[in-house]
Amino acid sequence: MLTIKDLQVRIENKQILKGLDLAVNAGEVHAIMGPNGSGKSTLASVLAGRDGYDVTAGAVEYDGRDLFELSPEDRARQGIFLAFQYPVEIPGVNNIYLLKAALNAIRAHQGQPPLDAVEFLQVVRQKMQLVNMDESLLNRSVNEGFSGGEKKRNEIFQMAVLEPRLAILDETDSGLDIDALKTVAEGVNTLRNESRAIVLVTHYQRLLNYIVPDYVHVLSDGKIIRSGDRSLAVELEEKGYDWVRQGAKAA
Amino acid sequence: MSEAAVSHYLAEYDRFRDVLAASWPAQRRADALEYLKTHGFPTRRAEQWKYTDVSPITRRKFTLGKSPGAHIDDAPVEKLRFSRLNCHELVFMNGSFCAELSRNLRLPSGATVCALQSNGNAELLERYFGNEEIGHAFTALNTAFLNDGVLVHVPDGMEIPAPIHIIYLGGREDETQPSSMSHPRNLIALGRQASASIIETYAGIPGSEYFTNSHTSIQAQAGARLDYYKVQQESRRAYHIGRTRISQQADSRVDCHALSLGGKLARWDIDAELVEPGAEINLNGLYLTSDRQHVDNHTLVEHKQPHTTSNEHYRGIMNGRSRAVFNGKVIVHEQAQKTEAHQSNANLLLSADAEVDTKPELEIYADDVKCSHGATVGRLDENMLFYLRSRALDEDTARSLLTYAFADEVIRDIRFPEIRERLEHSIAGELPDTDLIKEFMQ
Repeated sequence: MLTIKDLQVRIENKQILKGLDLAVNAGEVHAIMGPNGSGKSTLASVLAGRDGYDVTAGAVEYDGRDLFELSPEDRARQGIFLAFQYPVEIPGVNNIYLLKAALNAIRAHQGQPPLDAVEFLQVVRQKMQLVNMDESLLNRSVNEGFSGGEKKRNEIFQMAVLEPRLAILDETDSGLDIDALKTVAEGVNTLRNESRAIVLVTHYQRLLNYIVPDYVHVLSDGKIIRSGDRSLAVELEEKGYDWVRQGAKAA
Repeated sequence: MSEAAVSHYLAEYDRFRDVLAASWPAQRRADALEYLKTHGFPTRRAEQWKYTDVSPITRRKFTLGKSPGAHIDDAPVEKLRFSRLNCHELVFMNGSFCAELSRNLRLPSGATVCALQSNGNAELLERYFGNEEIGHAFTALNTAFLNDGVLVHVPDGMEIPAPIHIIYLGGREDETQPSSMSHPRNLIALGRQASASIIETYAGIPGSEYFTNSHTSIQAQAGARLDYYKVQQESRRAYHIGRTRISQQADSRVDCHALSLGGKLARWDIDAELVEPGAEINLNGLYLTSDRQHVDNHTLVEHKQPHTTSNEHYRGIMNGRSRAVFNGKVIVHEQAQKTEAHQSNANLLLSADAEVDTKPELEIYADDVKCSHGATVGRLDENMLFYLRSRALDEDTARSLLTYAFADEVIRDIRFPEIRERLEHSIAGELPDTDLIKEFMQ
């Protein structure tokens, strides 16, 4: 589904990604772990199409197409979803109207008719339960005045409604207490299926206790220096990032 | 230039003096003409007019026309009415009252809402508005040429539940006629503990050139409560100068909603004074400009006594090659301890050629007060844009949505849903690509 080859990305004059390779197939959950500044969030932003990043080399294919040919909205319409590390507050834009517009834009791309208000509400009610979303948040401005946990929950709720093919969760665990983390993780777990791929970007192993990944990759200084299964994350937790970094140097 | 303009208006006055409203004291007209002769029209050398050149107005020989208020097409009036809102509605065309288009003018007994022409109550005028200073060339012009307008008087303790809507429609259908002018005057007096809601709408025949020079005076006695709306949506070739003066006594509250959407050149001054403790004023303003429009908003709030409060929040969105001015001044006088005054002005520039001059001013002579002010000028937030696009909204829709949301912030708390919806609709009509965001505006 997603193939990243030798991706090199620069922000202004600073090289952040220095030749990153990754292949993600439908049905898989990949965790990308790394210390601060390793390039995790840059990877997530570049995949979603945020401005301000220069791709200096390499290629990313999504379903066989050059991802960089697509605008952020086209990526979203073709099934890519980014759950933001810092969801943006947008005063005056109604949360539920945005979600309805998003869903109908995606449906239009798929050649499906828009959902009417009643049908949409049915979808919303069903998906709200997945993340234990408070109904009062639906009619507020997008993320405005939401607590940290509510913002992250709202992201996963959006993901549940939009049913992406490729979901990228950027540090969704940061700032969550353990109960909120469990709720969010359960929501994500119910969204796992054969046709959907999920990429978890995280600093800590903690999230992976609740969302068990198929693959774990360690990102350091702009490259994936080690890949493995879930046991790699556990080992990382015990020994720290220095351990893999040294291992990589020795190799 | 100014002298030629003054001579023109003096000559116009001589032509029309006999048909102007008899109820307005001749002495006040004479004083106003004298003021005009002495001071002339302002130039950009005057600090108050530094960013706004009125010569496009003074250069043109606007006239009252052969019959002041000659009838124009009434179809535009229907669009301006609040169809689903029960209100008292007074309609004026080129400054003259149109009884047949006005409606629901029956009010609770004791209250007065009428056209100035039909009010013989000189005592009422004198009592509330007898000693207003002129202070401003366009106020002088309005005072000299005053022909019609609205008198609202709500006696002590009375609430008028239905809003009072005043529609001023300007312009002409026959473009071979000289451009017309009108000088509407609104006099609003609320007695102790009285309350009312008043909406002034200024509009015109699309594409028509004319000049509206309006003046509203508001007196709020102790404990009075006024919701005041002014919607300026003149033709894009029209000139609009407006001034609203507000004087508030103890514990009175005025909520003012100021929308500037139309006009080629528009200037609006609000001068408010809080003259007794406990008075509170809230000023919400929105100005939208595009093409080559020039819109200037000046506000002055004077805290003259302790425990007075003002909150001012103005927003502007500029597109095309337009230019906007915001000048908000708050003066806290020496004896006005425990004053609370907050002011903010936020501006959104949609094009590289649009301009805004913003100048919040705070003069504080008391030492125990809570005051703040601030101004911002910026473009659409890139993080918000990206967030919306990552949720499958195309870029034009995302931009339109954020722009509309920025404007809507000013009016979304208006308490009459019918008024809010109409204003939202008017705003949407002035902003780019709002057809893309209809489903967000229900």
